[in-house]
Amino acid sequence: MTSGSAGGPAPVRIVVAYGFWIFLLSDIIMFSALFATYAVLSGQTAGGPSGRELFQLRHVGVETLCLLFSSYTCGLAILAIERRRMREFYVSCALTFVLGASFLGLEISEFVGMIARGAGPSRSAFLSSFFSLVGLHGIHVSAGLLWLTFMVAQTATKGARDFVRRRLLCFSLFWHALDIIWVALLTLVYLMGAR
Amino acid sequence: MLGKLSWDAVPFNQPIPMAASMFIVAVMLGVSGLITWKGWWPYLWREWLTSVDHKRIGVMYVLLALVLLLRGFIDAIMMRTQLVIAAGNAQGYLPPEHYDQIFSAHGTIMIFFMAMPFMVGLMNFVVPLQLGVRDVAFPVLNATSFWLTAAGALLVNISLVVGEFARTGWLAYPPLSELQFSPGVGVDYYLWALQISGIGALLAGINMVTTILKLRAPGMTYMRMPVFCWTSLASSMLIVAAFPILTATFGMLLLDRYVGMHFFTNDGGGNFMMYINLIWAWGHPEVYILVLPAFGIFSEVIATFSGKQLFGYRSMVLATLAICVLSFMVWLHHFFTMGAGADVNAVFGIMSMIIAIPTGVKLFNWLFTLYRGRLRFEVPLLWAIGFMITFVVGGLTGVLLAVPPADFVLHNSLFLVAHFHNVIIGAVLFGAMAGYYYWFPKAFGFTLDRRLGAVSFWCWLIGFYLAFMPLYVLGLLGMTRRMQHYADLSWQPYLIVAEVGAVVIFGGIVATIAQLVVSIRTRDRRRDLTGDPWNGRTLEWSTASPPPAYNFAVLPEVESLDAFWAMKQHGPVKPPDQYQSIEMPRNSPNGFVTAFLAVVTGFAMIWHIWWMAILGVACALLTLLTFGWMERGEVEISGAQLAEAERVRLRREDGA
Repeated sequence: MTSGSAGGPAPVRIVVAYGFWIFLLSDIIMFSALFATYAVLSGQTAGGPSGRELFQLRHVGVETLCLLFSSYTCGLAILAIERRRMREFYVSCALTFVLGASFLGLEISEFVGMIARGAGPSRSAFLSSFFSLVGLHGIHVSAGLLWLTFMVAQTATKGARDFVRRRLLCFSLFWHALDIIWVALLTLVYLMGAR
Repeated sequence: MLGKLSWDAVPFNQPIPMAASMFIVAVMLGVSGLITWKGWWPYLWREWLTSVDHKRIGVMYVLLALVLLLRGFIDAIMMRTQLVIAAGNAQGYLPPEHYDQIFSAHGTIMIFFMAMPFMVGLMNFVVPLQLGVRDVAFPVLNATSFWLTAAGALLVNISLVVGEFARTGWLAYPPLSELQFSPGVGVDYYLWALQISGIGALLAGINMVTTILKLRAPGMTYMRMPVFCWTSLASSMLIVAAFPILTATFGMLLLDRYVGMHFFTNDGGGNFMMYINLIWAWGHPEVYILVLPAFGIFSEVIATFSGKQLFGYRSMVLATLAICVLSFMVWLHHFFTMGAGADVNAVFGIMSMIIAIPTGVKLFNWLFTLYRGRLRFEVPLLWAIGFMITFVVGGLTGVLLAVPPADFVLHNSLFLVAHFHNVIIGAVLFGAMAGYYYWFPKAFGFTLDRRLGAVSFWCWLIGFYLAFMPLYVLGLLGMTRRMQHYADLSWQPYLIVAEVGAVVIFGGIVATIAQLVVSIRTRDRRRDLTGDPWNGRTLEWSTASPPPAYNFAVLPEVESLDAFWAMKQHGPVKPPDQYQSIEMPRNSPNGFVTAFLAVVTGFAMIWHIWWMAILGVACALLTLLTFGWMERGEVEISGAQLAEAERVRLRREDGA
């Protein structure tokens, strides 16, 4: 069991990305607790509407496409900055932001529509767990958009320096992790719930 | 304007809480007054409050733990005294609503603000030194973790003065902890304090895992790491895997209480057993988060004071990792009585018993290390031997409780209370005290008083048996936990013995405080000039006591297990002709400011002062963005400075 680090401490870029991955794993575990709760409570509608009556798969499909494509453009942005193609980087970041914001807008419109129908988070245990699980993901996406804006501003003023690229790498890890969570969410909540 | 907060929140009409809060306020004012009078604030701010040095942060963690040990112990002795009096017609001096707050606060404080910071503090101090590196992976984050823990501790103590604490027990089971049955601020204090300190613990765990896996001295392969590093790794991995569940669970309870959701309520389709499952999915690993580092400390202590390499290093590592995995598969044994059915209970019962196997492996390894060793009965070894005996008793009663039919009889009785105190005091606290004495000279450059250390040990050991063995009997006699009063007079003699035990333990605490005072006063006679007071085996003893900020002028080359021992056998390492300059992270107020804002926000949320909460969150976001925008400066220590410092150190060691 000799490890790769027999040569001493790892370089900063590795340490930062690795530490951030561990954080993302912990974040995924936090989601898993909410997933488990949703799985247990999803049938507890307390006489209120169920997922079948509420979910619109077409709406969710568009949301999913937005988020998945934003991950693709985010990947392009990282490739661009590593090659110092700044225009490509800014365009990709802008696309990522627009797609992410569209996802968020669609999600908010879904929430508003449900609340308007009287299916708010305090209506039943099912809806409490639905709003919390999906909403927590939405909060993550919002934080990601804020972070993205911040990183673009930082790149614009400070250039593609080491620490800026390290942070961009972490951002992209975060953004892709949100995709992974969304795919699980789409399956468990929407696809299985709309049947 | 101030939400639910008014003068009614201060317990003017209740003499005991009022006296306690006056005492706490007086101590806080006294300490700050003394610091102001002596003009120590700039020094404190520069050297401690903004420090990102893992050693300083470790020391602050341990200090926090010792202060809250005192607070938690006062709660304990109040409960014991109440139960001596409140038999038959006597009602004692604590009304039920106050007694319920005390046992809730006792458990919360002892686990989250005594045991956790003690262990995390020792890991923080020791692990980078043992790995032969200069700091943890993320030093500023490390400071933030500590200050968030301190923020949580502060909130719990504020609850004594302003408002009340939870009356729900240390895990705040719903539906009792729901708004319907606990409309006061007590549960909110509990939840916000633990959310804040829980995030601190999670960040500390992430930091420690990254440090151990990515930052090690050249040649320090996994199988050359000291056992304490292994157990710290296992414990930190458990933190990363378990604390997010706690955050999510408390988050859901907060949503129930604040916005009327129905996760755990009786109505609306909620399911409170979901909370109990989730909380123990965190809670059982938490036991191992606390006890694994203690196992590591005992491994170091036993090897050092036996003058031998640890017996069965590989099996020790494997046992640690086995416990790490198994700890996630047993949570249901905390509620066999839930009614999950015989099959489920059988699986979890068997899994719980299986954990005894790797633990047994460890005990035999320690025994065989002691066997034919050249034992030096220094204080840490006393704690270690006391632990080995006490922990076996606690472990066996644990296996007994893991048998579902037996558990149905013993569930929620004092037998259970005796069991978990048996393992938590016998292993975690004994381990923490052993580590405290063992590494104290490394942290401060002088040893602790040995005689008072032994007094403390014997008081704790004897006091523990007096205080908790009667509780086993009472549990079997049918006394349930959390009773403020009992009718059966035949229980009283046992509770009197338990009270005597608590008083003896108090003697142990007094001895620890006296030890610190005496040792500081006589520090000139007890200087550790060599950096290696115990003839140690691992790398932390290869540098000066106290170590310089950068730990090692040159990162040590590791060639085997017990690296420092091997170096000593080969004769002294020749200092290099030239030193390379090193960069150390600059101090940062980020952690302190974040924690301050966390206290403000938490307090505002507890009392529903919405504008203050929004302000707190906005300021926290601003702090985050400012910190993210700034380029982290580093302090460079030049080769010439290093050469001079090393020359002084080597001359001092030669003189010793």
